[in-house]
Order: sequence, then structure tokens, then C-alpha cells
Amino acid sequence: MKLKHKKRNLRKRKITNVIMLSFSFFAAIVTIIPLALIFYYTISKGIANLNIDFFTKMPTPVGEPGGGMANAIVGTILLILIGGAIGIPLGILSGLYISEFGNNRFGDVVRFLTDVLSGVPSIVVGVVAYTLIVIPMGHFSAFAGGGALAILMIPTITRTTESMINLVPSSYREAGLALGIPKWKTTLAIVLKTAWKGIATGILLGLARAAGETAPLLFTALGNRFWSVNVFQPIASLTVYIYQYATAPFKDWNDQAWTAALVLILMISVLSLFFRFITRSKYKV
Amino acid sequence: MIACNSNKQGDSSEDQLPGAMSESNGSSNVKINGAGSTFDYPIFSKWFDNYYKTTGVQINYASIGSGGGIQQITSGTVDFGATDAPMTEEQMNAFKDKQETEVLHIPIIIGGVAVTYNLPSAGQGLKLDGPTLADIFMGKIKKWNDARIASLNPDKTLPAKPILVAHRSDGSGTTFIFTDYLSKVSGAWANSIGSSTSVKWPVGLGGKGSEGVAGLISQTEGAIGYVELSYAIHNKLSYAELKNEKGNFIEANFKTVTQSAASAVGNMPEDLRVMITNAEGENAYPISAFSWVVVPKDIKGQKKAEALVKFLKWAVTDGQDDAESLYYAPLPEEVQRLDLVKIDLITSNGNNINVQ
Amino acid sequence: MSNNPTGSLTTDTSFESVKSLINGKVKRKKEPSPFTKKILGHKNIGDLIFERLTLLFAALVVLLVVVMGWEMYVHSRLSIKEFGFQFLVSTEWDPYAEHFGALPMIFGTIVSSILALLIAVPLGIGVAVFLSELSPLWLERPLSFLTELLAGIPSIIYGLWGIFVLVPWLRDDVEPFLQKAFPGVPLFEGTPYGFGMLAAAIILSIMILPIISSISRDVLRSVPQAQREAAYGLGATKWEVTRIVLGNAKSGLLGATMLGLGRAIGETMAVTMVIGNRPEISASLLDPAYTMASVVANEFTEATSMLYLSALIELALVLFIITIIVNVLARLLVWSTEEKRG
Repeated sequence: MKLKHKKRNLRKRKITNVIMLSFSFFAAIVTIIPLALIFYYTISKGIANLNIDFFTKMPTPVGEPGGGMANAIVGTILLILIGGAIGIPLGILSGLYISEFGNNRFGDVVRFLTDVLSGVPSIVVGVVAYTLIVIPMGHFSAFAGGGALAILMIPTITRTTESMINLVPSSYREAGLALGIPKWKTTLAIVLKTAWKGIATGILLGLARAAGETAPLLFTALGNRFWSVNVFQPIASLTVYIYQYATAPFKDWNDQAWTAALVLILMISVLSLFFRFITRSKYKV
Repeated sequence: MIACNSNKQGDSSEDQLPGAMSESNGSSNVKINGAGSTFDYPIFSKWFDNYYKTTGVQINYASIGSGGGIQQITSGTVDFGATDAPMTEEQMNAFKDKQETEVLHIPIIIGGVAVTYNLPSAGQGLKLDGPTLADIFMGKIKKWNDARIASLNPDKTLPAKPILVAHRSDGSGTTFIFTDYLSKVSGAWANSIGSSTSVKWPVGLGGKGSEGVAGLISQTEGAIGYVELSYAIHNKLSYAELKNEKGNFIEANFKTVTQSAASAVGNMPEDLRVMITNAEGENAYPISAFSWVVVPKDIKGQKKAEALVKFLKWAVTDGQDDAESLYYAPLPEEVQRLDLVKIDLITSNGNNINVQ
Repeated sequence: MSNNPTGSLTTDTSFESVKSLINGKVKRKKEPSPFTKKILGHKNIGDLIFERLTLLFAALVVLLVVVMGWEMYVHSRLSIKEFGFQFLVSTEWDPYAEHFGALPMIFGTIVSSILALLIAVPLGIGVAVFLSELSPLWLERPLSFLTELLAGIPSIIYGLWGIFVLVPWLRDDVEPFLQKAFPGVPLFEGTPYGFGMLAAAIILSIMILPIISSISRDVLRSVPQAQREAAYGLGATKWEVTRIVLGNAKSGLLGATMLGLGRAIGETMAVTMVIGNRPEISASLLDPAYTMASVVANEFTEATSMLYLSALIELALVLFIITIIVNVLARLLVWSTEEKRG
């Protein structure tokens, strides 16, 4: 009788196995479907205007054909660079703090507040950046826009850094310490390097999200119809243009909005590929 | 890296910039920033591009909404604002406190609000009047074949479908104009709901932006809503003919909208802040309104002030030629004259500005 | 041996610590606050600089959040004084008469976010499991890449796709089907417009899927291979091994979920384009609703009076506080399950 029970148990475990694994495969498929649909939709609407002009020319007034969004493309890149320059160090270093030294009340506070920060609506972040940067400066600027984007990136980067570093087995740290390497070097050279791939994902997700935001830029970078790479002046961005053009009653503007969306997705793809490249493992796992 | 690639293309585009190639370079170091009404954005973009090509002055504009424009001009982060709803006393006082000068309202263009609907069997040009419209939006008239709608439209087939009201979910000048009209034609509306950029709608779904409302209507049979005339035309939506003060059923177009302003000129107050809904002209379209540029009376920078004054004078006269192609209604002559007088009041550090 | 955060090794080889090591959980003693630690606690200057530097940056983040909360509080004082507690329980949002009650929006935010999580967390972790445990390499790379790409799509594009693709599909196919299949159930009552809570929940879940799945995937990958091998050695099926891996990665998975939740609560653009924007509470998924973030985004730039503006900022403050409460609850949940395991 014991054997029968064991056999039944084994059958049950095998069935559960198949069910759960099928579910995860199913999950993957279900995730791909809306992704594919949105891509298809964006591509079909945006491909028409995707030509070299789009990357090199300035926007033309309504009704005049041609023109592009050179200023917005460069603007978005500049904004992400500024946002990343502020947000990535803040995110990684605070994540490092929490995971290595944060086993105390203050660390808990940081962890907690980072999660809270991730829930703040992007428009509120924009308004806060407006109060903290634009008002003292007296005018809108790319710097303010980058600042707002940095605030949006920080929670993702911090949390991911902390998670990834926590998952590095303690044996790695102990090995380093046993060799006489000081803690800070162990952390940077061994632990951080091990966790790097996951942290890079966090950074990528943060940058991608920031690149796709509109609301915070409206009150900080404002927008600019002209060419500008001046950090202390208003600057154009793809998302603000998408927002203004997609909701305007002019077909050529609507079309350009979709093309801008397509370009934005292409830019994220390039960024993603870049991250994958720099975090590729030199050894086959 | 990516940045390098784009910078390369960026550099080459600098060679192609109109500014670099144009002959005129006048006050090319002057940069002016404005913000406000999304309604004005299309024509502003055309004006600013043309102006830049001819004078080299860069005027930049962000369409963050009328209220946003007012907030920014009050805090001094932009040089001018644009709004579909005139500033309230409270806002004008706040401006005066902060900027230590008065704010001027300059009507810059006129727009019409179309009552759009999705009812294939009725076709274009459903006839409605003020009180009926108000009752529809209050939820008192629930079906398309209601007696009151039918009596206005004896020649149309109206199905027994329920009416779905679509309104703006975001605060907007368009809502302000529409509710201002409804308040004028319906006492019940004025008492219970009132007029503002955002109101408590008794029934209906909210769409974000005129595009959202237009999308809602085009997706839902039996829907009715209000959008800027340009959106109705662009999205090929049917829109209603409204009965005006004089009793005529008027279709919204540039002429009838301009008519509203022309017929209201006689009663315009000194500061040009007036709502021209339900105007008295024979062929006036009842839901029309100005859009204003708001500027400080005294502008600190001399060069900036000159450039702005010159631009405004051009915009209210020659610039009006661009109106119709972009679905706006141009300012009538009388209003243009009043505008020029108002613009002449602008000073810089107390000095008058002399530009052509 | 167990890991002591200051880097020095202890020789605690008790059964408890070995067991916890195997389980992947490490017992840590609570440390004194960094501000009271003496400088001489460190063995070399590099460590000191490192700790102080990271502390500085962490403190900056804390400062940022505190400043945000403070700014919001200051600007909502006017509204708090005017409406008091009523703000949280009144269902009337009337900008013209200047009566502001946030209850329908609180309801909308919480319900839409929870629904989005209910959809996205199982799917997201399912995808993560697939990518890290099951999928062959040639499939995993492009699939991961595509999921990450989803994160970069501007929310307004989601909104537009929602209006023109999702909403008609819901209105014409899904919602009538649900009404036929479950007649009389209050969850599916009302006229199918397509716009409404269901559309918002679906769009939100699509938006937070990439965050949850990408981070979970990396978290799962980081669990040491030894864990899996040990379990296989004991005769576990693949799913049972995965379960153990998931257990190890629990806090990382929770972190991913919290980030996803954060995004869902604060998302504005895409939601407001499909939710119908009607400040009403309803049991039906098919009815329109309104979220706090949407209200702020919609009405902020057009707020005509100081009180109106203040009410909107108070709404943002309420959202902030709700995020705090949700985070506290999540932490309590995790601590209580860890206690049980103990």
C-alpha cells in the first residue's frame, strides 16, 4: 500500500510539473501578444515618414511636408544623458549602501522611501522639479528636465542594485576578504562585477522609462521648436512632440507623432543592445 | 556609442538650419518663450516659423494648457502666455503682486466649438438649440428620438438609441467656452453646474483632450460631445447646426465664427476680456470665443519687448491670413484695430516702444 | 560561518546558522545606526570613504523624498484646512462649486492597480521562470530583448493604442462575451463602452509586465546553480526545483513587484485615455472610473484658483500616503511569512 501511495504521489508531482511549466510557457506567449500588437501598430503608422529627413531636418509648420525632428531626437538623448548622469550614480551608490551597510534602521528607511518614490506620478515629479529647479533658476531648462527624469530613474536602479548585490553569494565576499582585499575593493571588484548584468537591466529599465515620459518634461524642459543643445535652455524632446502632435487635428502631425514613437522605440532598442553587449559574459555559462 | 552617431547627424543638420542660411539676422540673439493654450499651438507654430525665417527671432512655445500658461506668466518663467479663458480677477491680482505690472489681454485668434455626434442615420447638420443641448448634457434627454430633438429635425430619421455624452476630462478652455454658452442659454445649467475649465458633469464619459473626446465619439455610436471645430473637421465627425440668438440655425465655419466676434465688438469692454458666446449677429455661430495672448504691460528687456511687440502687431494683422487654412477664424477688422491700440500700451522699463 | 556585515568573519558554526545558510537566508544581527558608529570601527581608510560616500548618496535619496513630501504638504495646507476629513470620504468632485472629494479616485487608483498586479505578477514571474529556467538560449535572448523594449514605449502610445485597438476589442468582443457568460454578476454589469476600469487594468498590466518580468528574470538567474543541483540530486521535478529557486529569490521578486505596483499607482497618461474619467464608484469592471494620478494630470495646468490647485496637490499627497501604506503592508506581509518559515 505504501508503494501505491508513493506511485500516486509521484504521478501527482509529475502532472503538477507539466502544468506549471506549461503555464510559464503560456505566460511568455501571452506577454508577447500585446507587445507584438503594439509594435505592429506603431510600425504600420510610423514607417511612412521614417526617412533620413526625419533625423536631420527641423520641424516644419503644419501643412508643409517634409521636415523632421532632429532637435527632438538630440533633445531626448541629451535629457537621458543628464538624467542618467544624476540618477545612475545616485541609484547605484544608494543601492550599494543598503545592501552592504544597510542592515540597520536607516537602511530600512532608505529602502522604504525608495519604494515610495517609485509610486509618485510622473506629473508630480515634474511639478516638484519645477519648484526645486525651474523657479530658482527663473526659467525652463534641459537641466531641469534631466533632473526630473533622474528622480524617476532612481527607484528602479536602487532597488535592482540592492537585489542583485544581495544575491551575490556570501562566499564571494568571504573569498575576497580571506585574500586580504579590503571591503571596499571586494565590493567593487568582485561583488559589483558579479551583479553587474542585473544592475545593467535596472539601469536600462530606468532609462527606457525616463525616455518615454512626457508629463515631467512639460514643466521642466518645456520644449523648443528650434535647435538647441544648451543645457540651460528649454529643449525639445520626442515625447513632448508625440504628445502635442498626436493630439492635434492635423494628419501630417499625427503621422509624424507615430514616426517619432517608432524612432523612440528604435533608440531604446539600440540602448538595450548596447547594454547586452557590454554585459556579455566572456565565458560560456 | 549612440550619442556619437547622433551628434554627427546633428552637426550636419546645423548646416541645414534655416537660420544659418537666411540673410536677415536682425535681432537674432533674441529668444522669447511662451506657454499656454493647446488650441493656439498649430497657428503659433506656423507664425513662429515664418517669423523666424524673416527676422531671425526665435519664439518658442509650449502648449501646456491655458491654466499652465497663466501660471507660468505669473511666475515670470515665460515672456507671454496664451489662454482660451480670460484671467479671473484673482489671477490678475496675483499677477500684479508678483510681477509688479499689469497684465494685458490681447485677442489673437477666434475659434469655434462644434457639437459633434456619431449617428450615421442622421448625417451632417443635426439641428439643435441651446436649451435642448443643455438638457442633453444634463442627462434629461436620454434618447436620440426624444420629441424635442425630433421636433427640431422633422426631416431626419432618429433611432431610439441612448445618447452617450462625451466631455473633456482635463481642464480646458474648450470646456470653459462650452459651459459658458450653456450657462447663458439654460438657467438650470447655470445654477447647478456653472461654467469653468472643469466642471462636475452630471452624465457621460470623459476623454483626455479634444483628441480623446473625438476618439470617444468616433468609436461609439450614439455619442455626442463638444470639440474644437478643427477636430470635428479633421476627424470627419458630423456636427450640429445650432440656433443662435436671432433664431437662425447656423453651421459652424470660419465665417460664422468670425461673425460672432464682429457682432460683439460694440459691447467689448476696455480690457478686451469678453466671452462672445451666444452673440447677437444674424449669422453668428453661438459657440465661439477669442483666444488671448497675455503679456505684462511692462517688459523688462528692451530688445525682447521690441521683438514681442513687433510680432504681436504682425500676428493680429497679416498673421490672420494663415487662420483659415488651419481651421481657425480670423479676427474681424474692428477687433484688429482694438488690438493694435492695446499693443501700443506695452512699455519697456517705462519707455514706449517704437516699432513699425 | 555566517556573514557579518562589517566584513569580519565569525565562527558561528551552530546548527541554526548552517541550516539558514542552506536555505539561503542569513541571520544578521541588527547594527547600530551609521551615524553613531565610530570612525575607528573600520580597518582601513578606503572602507571608511566607501561607507561614507554611499551613505551620502543614500541620504540624498532620503532627502529628496522628504523634500517632495514636504512640498506637497505645504501646498495642500489650504485645501486640508478647507475640507478636512471630508476630502477623503466625499464622492463629489466639483471644480466650479469648489467642492472636492477624493473617494472615487482613491477607489479607482487602488482597484486598477490591484487588478493590474493580479494580471501582471503571475504572468511576469511566469515569463521570468520561462526565460531563466526553461527557455533555450536562442529563444531567451530575443524574448528578453523584446520584453525590455516594452518598457520604453511612451505611455501616450499605450494610450493611443488603447483607444484605437484595445477599447473596440473590449467593447465589441470581450465585454459582451463576459456579460453573456456570467449573467447577473455585478462585476460585468452595465453598458459595454470599452472604456472603463477593465481597459485601464489591462493597459496597466501590460505596462508593468516588463519591469516585473525583467527584474524577476535577473533575480532568478542570480540564484546559485548549486541550489538547483542540490534539489535535483534529491529527486525533485523541474517545477519543484523552480519552486525552491523562487523561494530563494523571494525578496528580489517582491522588490520587482513593488516597483511594478509603484508604476501602476502613479501611471497617468495611458490610464486617463481609456478609463472613462468618471469620478464614480462602481462594482462593475465595465463602468468608467477615475484615478488620482489622472485627475492631477488632467486638471493641474488648468486649475483656476488657489483652492483648486491646493486640492489637486492634496490629492497627490493622498496618493503619496497611500503608496506609503501599501509599502508598509507589503513589508509586514513579507516579515510575517519569514517568521512562519523561521
